[in-house]
Amino acid sequence: MNSLAPEIVVVGGSAGSVSIIIQLLEQLPETFPFALVLVIHRQKSVPSEMDKVFGFSSKMRVIEPNDKDFVVPNRVYLAPQNYHLLLEQDRTFSLDYSEAIHYSRPALDPAFESAADVYGPRAVGILLSGANQDGSQGLAYLVQRGGRALIQDPQSCEFPAMPLAALQVVSQAEVVKPADLNNRLFSL
Amino acid sequence: MSDGIDILPHEIDEIIQVIREQYGYDFMDYSRASFTRRVKHCMQRAGLKTMYELRYHLINEPSFFVWFLQTLTVNVTEMFRDPAFYRQLRDTVIPRLASYPIIKIWHAGCATGEEVYSMAIILKEAGLLDRTRIYATDINPANLEKARKGIVPLSAMKEYTANYIRSGGTEDFSSYYEAHPDHVVIRPDLLQKVLFSQHNLVTDQVFNEFQLICCRNVLIYFNKNLQNRVLHLLYDSLVPLGYLALGMKESLLFMEIRPEFEGVSEASKIFRRKH
Repeated sequence: MNSLAPEIVVVGGSAGSVSIIIQLLEQLPETFPFALVLVIHRQKSVPSEMDKVFGFSSKMRVIEPNDKDFVVPNRVYLAPQNYHLLLEQDRTFSLDYSEAIHYSRPALDPAFESAADVYGPRAVGILLSGANQDGSQGLAYLVQRGGRALIQDPQSCEFPAMPLAALQVVSQAEVVKPADLNNRLFSL
Repeated sequence: MSDGIDILPHEIDEIIQVIREQYGYDFMDYSRASFTRRVKHCMQRAGLKTMYELRYHLINEPSFFVWFLQTLTVNVTEMFRDPAFYRQLRDTVIPRLASYPIIKIWHAGCATGEEVYSMAIILKEAGLLDRTRIYATDINPANLEKARKGIVPLSAMKEYTANYIRSGGTEDFSSYYEAHPDHVVIRPDLLQKVLFSQHNLVTDQVFNEFQLICCRNVLIYFNKNLQNRVLHLLYDSLVPLGYLALGMKESLLFMEIRPEFEGVSEASKIFRRKH
C-alpha cells in the first residue's frame, strides 16, 4: 500500500448504503484535502432530493457536477441521475450517457476506472452495501493502478452482495466497519 | 480495465490518427475518458485483445470500420427523456415558436430518433406540426436508418409512457404508435415533416437557420475545445432569439459563446440567442 495523500475518494454504494454515507458526511471535518465523489445507484426519471439530503448531513453543499466542471478538493460531489460519471486528465468531470452497466446509470465501475486512470496511486475507492456486482471490476482496476480500496465489512451490510463480490476480485482491499470508516479514510 | 484490455494514451492517439487519415472522421477532440471506454467496448464486442489487432482491422478492412463507427458512438436515447425538460418546452418555448409562419427545428445528434418522435408529438399536440420542418442529424448513418423507420422496442414503452405523462402529456400515448409483438412503430404522419440526414458536428458546417436547436447530451462526448467550436456552429445556425436546448447537466457557463445567450430555464438548460 502506498502512503501518498489521496487526491480523490470515490465512494460507491447501492441498496443499504445511504445511511452509511450520511454517517460519513456527518463526521466529515470542515476541511479535507481531497475531492469526495459519491456514486450511488439511483432512479433516473423522478425528481430527486438526494443532493439536499446529503448536504444536510455534511453541512456543506453537495454538488451534482455539470459536464466538464473542475474537480476541486474539499468538496463533496454526487454523480447526477442518469449519467455515468467519468474523470478526465485535466481534472474535470465528464458525463456519459452510454448503456447502463449492471442495470445502473450511474454505475460504479466506470467511475472507479476513470478515477484510476487519472489519479493512479492518489485515488481511493470505497465500496459500500449493495445488491449486485457493480464496482468489483472498477475497484480491481483502481488497485491495479496503484490506488487503495476500502470495502464495507459484509457482515455490517444490509445488502452484502456487492462487497462480497468485490472482495473476491480485490484481495488487497481493506475491510472496514462503518464505525471505523472516517478514521480509516483520514489516516490514509 | 480488468477485462484484460489495457490501452495507453498514445495508443488512443494512434487509433484516432488512423481513423482520421483513412476515413476522414476526427475524434481528436472527443472527451478522452468516454472515448477510451467506447474503444474498449468495441474491442470487447469484436473479441480483440490488443491495440495492434484493432489497428490492423481498421487499416485493412473498411467494412470493419463501418461497424466500428456504429458501435463507437453512443446511440442510447429515450422518448421524453427528462420529462421536466419537455414540460418546460411545452410551457415556455413552443408557444413562442407558434408566432413563426414556418417553424424550423434541428435535432443535432439525434441518435435513433426517440427525442425527435417526442418533439413531433409535442408539436402535434400544440397544433403546430403541419407548419414545422424538423431536421434530424447524426454522425452515424445506421442510427438514421433506424430513426426513419420509427421503430421503438416494446420493452421501453412502459417507461416512455410514464415519461410522457410526467412531461404534461394528456392524450392516450398509445394513439401515437402501432403496436407489434416486440416493437411499436411511430405513426408515419408524425414523421412526415422530419428530414433525417447525416451531419458531423466536428467537420460539417451551418446548413440552415433554426428557431430551436436541440443538442442534448451530445456535447458531453467532446472536450472543451470542441464544445466551444460546436457551440459557435449552433449559435450561427440560430435565428436571433432562437432557442438552444442542451442536456440537463450540460452548461454554457465556461463557454466562449456564453455572453451571446440568455438563460430561459437554468434547470432544464434552455438558452436563447440574444440578437
